[in-house]
Amino acid sequence: MAEASTATATPARGQKRSSGRPDNLGLLLNNKLATAGLAIFLLIVLTALAAPWLPLPNPDVTAPADRLLRPLSEGHLLGTDALGRDILSRLIWGSRVSLAVGISATLIAAFFGSLIGLVAGYAGGRVDTLLMRGIDMVMAFPYILLALAIVAVLGPGLLNALYAIAVVNIPFFARNIRGIALGLSRREFVDAARLSGKSHTQILFIEVLPNVLPVIIITMSTTVGWMILETAGLSFLGLGAQPPQADLGSMLGDGRKILFTAPHVSIIPGLMIFVLVMSINLLGDGVRDVLDPRLKSGALTRPVARTAVMREDKPGDVTPSPGAVLDVRGLKTEFHFGKEIFRAVGGVDMRLGQGECLGIVGESGSGKSVAAMSIMGLVPTPPGRIIGGVALLEGEDLFSVSDERVRQLRGSAVSHVFQDPLSTLHPLFTVGDQLIEAIQAHQPLSKSQASERAAELLKLVRIPNPGERLKAYPHELSGGMRQRVCIAMALAADAKIIIADEPTTALDVTVQAQVLALLDTLRREKNTGILFITHDFGVVSTICDRVAVMYAGQFVETGTTEEILNTPAHPYTAKLIDCVPVLGQTERRLDAIEGRPPVVNNLPVGCRFAARCPRAQDDCRAAPIPLFEFGEGRAVRCIHPLIAEAGHD
Amino acid sequence: MSAYIAKRLLAAIPVLFGLTIIVFLIMAMIPGDPATAILGSYATPENVEKLNRDLGLDKPLLQQYLIWITNLFQGDLGRSYTLNRPVLDEVLERFSATLILAGTALVLCSVLGLIAGVISAVRQFSWVDKTITLVVLIGISIPSFWLGLLLILVFAVNLRWFPASGMYAIYGGGGPLDLMHHLFLPALTLAVVATGVIARLTRTAMLEVLRQDYIRTARSKGVSENRVIYRHAFKAALVTVIPVIGIQAGFVLGGAVYIETVFQWPGIGSMLVKAISTRDLLLVQGGVLVVAAAYVLFNLAADVLQTVLDPRLR
Repeated sequence: MAEASTATATPARGQKRSSGRPDNLGLLLNNKLATAGLAIFLLIVLTALAAPWLPLPNPDVTAPADRLLRPLSEGHLLGTDALGRDILSRLIWGSRVSLAVGISATLIAAFFGSLIGLVAGYAGGRVDTLLMRGIDMVMAFPYILLALAIVAVLGPGLLNALYAIAVVNIPFFARNIRGIALGLSRREFVDAARLSGKSHTQILFIEVLPNVLPVIIITMSTTVGWMILETAGLSFLGLGAQPPQADLGSMLGDGRKILFTAPHVSIIPGLMIFVLVMSINLLGDGVRDVLDPRLKSGALTRPVARTAVMREDKPGDVTPSPGAVLDVRGLKTEFHFGKEIFRAVGGVDMRLGQGECLGIVGESGSGKSVAAMSIMGLVPTPPGRIIGGVALLEGEDLFSVSDERVRQLRGSAVSHVFQDPLSTLHPLFTVGDQLIEAIQAHQPLSKSQASERAAELLKLVRIPNPGERLKAYPHELSGGMRQRVCIAMALAADAKIIIADEPTTALDVTVQAQVLALLDTLRREKNTGILFITHDFGVVSTICDRVAVMYAGQFVETGTTEEILNTPAHPYTAKLIDCVPVLGQTERRLDAIEGRPPVVNNLPVGCRFAARCPRAQDDCRAAPIPLFEFGEGRAVRCIHPLIAEAGHD
Repeated sequence: MSAYIAKRLLAAIPVLFGLTIIVFLIMAMIPGDPATAILGSYATPENVEKLNRDLGLDKPLLQQYLIWITNLFQGDLGRSYTLNRPVLDEVLERFSATLILAGTALVLCSVLGLIAGVISAVRQFSWVDKTITLVVLIGISIPSFWLGLLLILVFAVNLRWFPASGMYAIYGGGGPLDLMHHLFLPALTLAVVATGVIARLTRTAMLEVLRQDYIRTARSKGVSENRVIYRHAFKAALVTVIPVIGIQAGFVLGGAVYIETVFQWPGIGSMLVKAISTRDLLLVQGGVLVVAAAYVLFNLAADVLQTVLDPRLR
């Protein structure tokens, strides 16, 4: 029942719904369990509806001579009860009553609950507060208890039980629908309707109601099973259906008195309730998945500890380039969603020496983070997988070593600093705990030794009063402080390489400069190589020795920072540089690059930038463009480059 | 943090007052003459008139409530006419039995639900996950009163491992072992539905948490995968599951009505059922009020526990 409330945040799907209806049914039938649920439910409903025309004995005719016959007896397929009545016949007629009561209760609860929710959400303010406080009060009661109190007052009886169960379910509808209505009533189309002079009632039922319908249906499908179960429960206790009327619950209650001598009398109706409720719940889960895909269990997959490596052909022996600590060759990383493949990184080479800083620059979605995260296997799998290349860390191929080896190297030889320090630090552990953990993962230190070391690290990243700060939780620190903590964590075990994924993007400009200066000092003092991912050429110029410009999963230009900034060869690089505002040059135009990068599940054959490039010609689109080297570490992926020496002969 | 807890305690007071208003109003809605309803249809006219005067039922509603709540504060919930004893005495005695049953069930469903949910999430899509998901679905759909009967048939009648009923005096005779022997089947039955709900939610919460950035950070530090799951992810998931455990306390307390009837457990649920069929409305009123108040306190405890775990809420 608690799950009913999770549907609260369903977005409105105003237009899609009208055309999407047959689709929804199709989707529902695709779900095997939901289809099974639907089939069983329909079978039960149709049988119950057909009861008057089925060749069944009268369910209420007693036959003392035939009492307590076992199932499969002559003429009584499921046997007889204590009064000799046919159980099969009573079961079908009883299901009819249970279904009618359960569905009626659901409709009543849905009607009043939705009405309360709509009015509260639409009116807002005091009306909302008043109504929702009332709903909260009702929910402060244990679910069944309130129903009992209502039955106590109205007196036992099936109709009273129905009212009671309906009333206690009203809050589930009211809460779910109110949440959606509240959001909708602030939307433009509601404002438009208001301005066009429609009355509140008209707006509520013509504009708002159709948009909350999916939520009403979801809530109905998740509560109807409960309502059938609970009305059966009240009847079981003798507080619902009164003889001679019988529903499944009262049959079970009657049978209970003779449980030891004739168990079938109580077991059969109980089984029927179970099957009925189970079929409804299966169907309900399916309905919820279709109408609110975000809640679908399959949509949430758990990323494993390390990116899957599924290289198409095993690379032969690769000799690392001299002087390179990290040497990545031909890295290819893809995302697989069902049959769709997104080629996020399509063959990338990276070399990083001691104390060197390599910047990878590109727009968001260019694959720069994926390329960097692939190195230590931090791209989530599923859906990510590395399908090609090698990553040599001092000669050791990171893509072929064991999981345990990768774990050992993470945080010791290669550490990471991520973009948003609020979401990358664990909110429930103190800064000290998280630092100590990083230290103890690689060094056999006692807690107090590690704690001392943690304080030293904080001092190293220039956090004042480190002893006190260790006890702070991440949310108690400023953004700059948090990023310093992250950098301290990356220094926990004298890393050779730090992979910094947009470490300054979430910070404001002055703090950004401080963090950059800190990283720069650290790499000079400790000789740590830094792989620096950013979209900002301004940042690149302050810290990077060399730069690789990435576009649609490939490097389009490489070179020293100076070369790239002063004499860009690729039109894309030039455009990116033009995006950086320069102090004092007010006439400089801040052109965003027109158009959008290609989607990596549908890449063009030729140059991937051609569609947005002012210099593009027919030959650009004809065939893949190779990376053309025209100097030491200088290369461009363009056949009509901006500088002459990069031109193909 | 103690300031926060004090604040939560204070916030519970209006809720408790609200409960008394609702309980009072429900009872005030009794069709016909309440005194007759309370005393039963065989009551003499003199008794009816006397009760009307005693309860102040001839006065306006607000005044009636004030009289009732004043009495409540003095520990006077009226007198049960069927048992001929003060309602409060009976209710408290019965409630202690319910608390043992529901408390055990709540511990069981929390432990089992969390374990099942975590395993299910960690081994996502494996046969273990599929089995747990199926069992959970069955647990959520099964009528607990029927499951109780099945368990009695199997474990009490056929195997004779546990007694089918007979827990007449909680504090009498048998001692704790005897109590546990009697407690096992009903507590397990009562825990089933809540276990399913908690397991489902834990699974989703774990899957949600395992996608968070701070989990990637933990992995990037070289923390072992076990530690990532059982320390980093579990703690974060627990924070979202705890309020749901608080809500489940309501379903367990309510579900006790069925289980106590099936296993003849001398708690407040079986008392309520009997009181409703004999129309002993003062007893119903007292019972409902005490259980509802207990539920508010359970939720309060869940709130406090969540605050202890999550520093952001302090």
